[in-house]
Amino acid sequence: MRHLIFVVGTSFAALLASTPAWPAPAISSTTVELPAGDALFPGGPEADAINNNCLACHSADMVVNQPALPRSTWESAVHKMIKVYGAPVEDSDVPAIVDYLAKVKGSGQ
Amino acid sequence: MSQHFDDARIPALSRRAMLRAIGVAGLTLAGSSVRADQSIRLPIAGEPRDWPITHDFPQKGSMILQRTRPPLLETPMEVFDRGVFTPNDQFYVRWHWAVIPTSVDADAFRLSVRGHVNQTLSLSIGDLLRLPRVELAAVNQCSGNSRGFFLPRVPGAQWAHGAMGNARWTGVLLKDVLDRAGVKPGAVQVRFNGLDEPVVPDAPDFRKSLDIDHARDGEVMIAFAMNGEQLPLLNGFPLRLIVPGWYSTYWVKMLSDIEVLDRQDDNYWMATAYTVPDTPHANIMPGQTGVKMVPISRMVPRSFFTNVADGASLPAGAVATIRGIAFGGDAGVAKVELSVDDGRTWQPATLGEDHGKYSFRRWQVEIPQLMKGGHSLMVRCTNTAGDIQPAASNWNTSGFMRNVVETVQLTAI
Repeated sequence: MRHLIFVVGTSFAALLASTPAWPAPAISSTTVELPAGDALFPGGPEADAINNNCLACHSADMVVNQPALPRSTWESAVHKMIKVYGAPVEDSDVPAIVDYLAKVKGSGQ
Repeated sequence: MSQHFDDARIPALSRRAMLRAIGVAGLTLAGSSVRADQSIRLPIAGEPRDWPITHDFPQKGSMILQRTRPPLLETPMEVFDRGVFTPNDQFYVRWHWAVIPTSVDADAFRLSVRGHVNQTLSLSIGDLLRLPRVELAAVNQCSGNSRGFFLPRVPGAQWAHGAMGNARWTGVLLKDVLDRAGVKPGAVQVRFNGLDEPVVPDAPDFRKSLDIDHARDGEVMIAFAMNGEQLPLLNGFPLRLIVPGWYSTYWVKMLSDIEVLDRQDDNYWMATAYTVPDTPHANIMPGQTGVKMVPISRMVPRSFFTNVADGASLPAGAVATIRGIAFGGDAGVAKVELSVDDGRTWQPATLGEDHGKYSFRRWQVEIPQLMKGGHSLMVRCTNTAGDIQPAASNWNTSGFMRNVVETVQLTAI
């Protein structure tokens, strides 16, 4: 383990200390693998639209972990994904996606 | 830069991971929420109740899985009880776009400095290591930390309190880098971009900007180390912008491009996203519209219990030590106070070592013997600028800037 010399800030100032005294940390090239996150939305055929349109940008767990929300909030979310974040969603698929969200994560409002 | 979305293997729990999880459960008091089935019950109202614990992310240990791709990983609350610095392998993770380079060549990497400057720079890691080096302890907190506690609920990552962490950041001053490029008169803002990219080409790349005076204030840093080691890739390897006292949205990860602007940055991530109501505590009524919105900026004071969870039980008639962490936001911690009578009276906590005004600070109180029955404990922090945590929760549509006084219900038995 390397040990850095930590310069403790006083209550006044000196929060930053410019000190060349400690050795530079080693910075090594890094390669990792990230989990695929490619699980499908559950629900069979009624999940087809959301599975076909939404999983390119994010995994399904983001949606599964949301609270129950009003249908209007889900409509806004889907339109934000399309208009703001450029999600390539077919217009004809939008109602099925909103229906799925309102059913699975709807608050009944 | 390559990306790997093709690896669908979700490894079975290793024996080591299982032992680690059991260790976590063993350390906490009654009310602990780590469960044997590798899920955690967060103290958030409503569904979902149980959240997966994951060990599947590179350079990361046990984390609460909010989203797999792009990763949103939350630090379990128990981690904050173990020390004032958050270990790199349990420091929270938050990415906006799924195209994250999974391989970074430290020798080939370059940081560009361009725009409204006298001389464009292309700096290697080695170039930065030769500049004057600085170190600072600072809290990094997501704008939406604790969003899961908003009522009515709002969409977004349903964080409990673990979208924050405290580290010793080592690097160079942004000011020193800008001075080497030579900022031209008339500079207005400095824009920062990282190596991550949107999946969809037309989508807005994630970029953030600071005013030129802020960028040159002698505190904003470019970090190449975190707690004495190079940054985990998911925390921004090889370089991360450090903006002490400001929300993490400005702490651009995998920082690769610095652009000095002669105008205000009007890109989506500054003008629309990460804006808050221009009201006290960024608070509005649900449904309220027509509110002036401004970019989120300075953090506000917060304090947390770390050795007792809501719903925990304590022995009646015994002295107990209650402890936690606090931070002042963009100022130091002046005091932390605890109430054991539902906020009627407050007693000062003993503060731990001061690691500088932007750091977590530990606090501790020996509480008197509690009578049998239910007790409501509250903790609040006042910072050195005189800001104190509010008694009432704020609300806004994005779930930003929560800093209400924290409460735990305990039962003395």
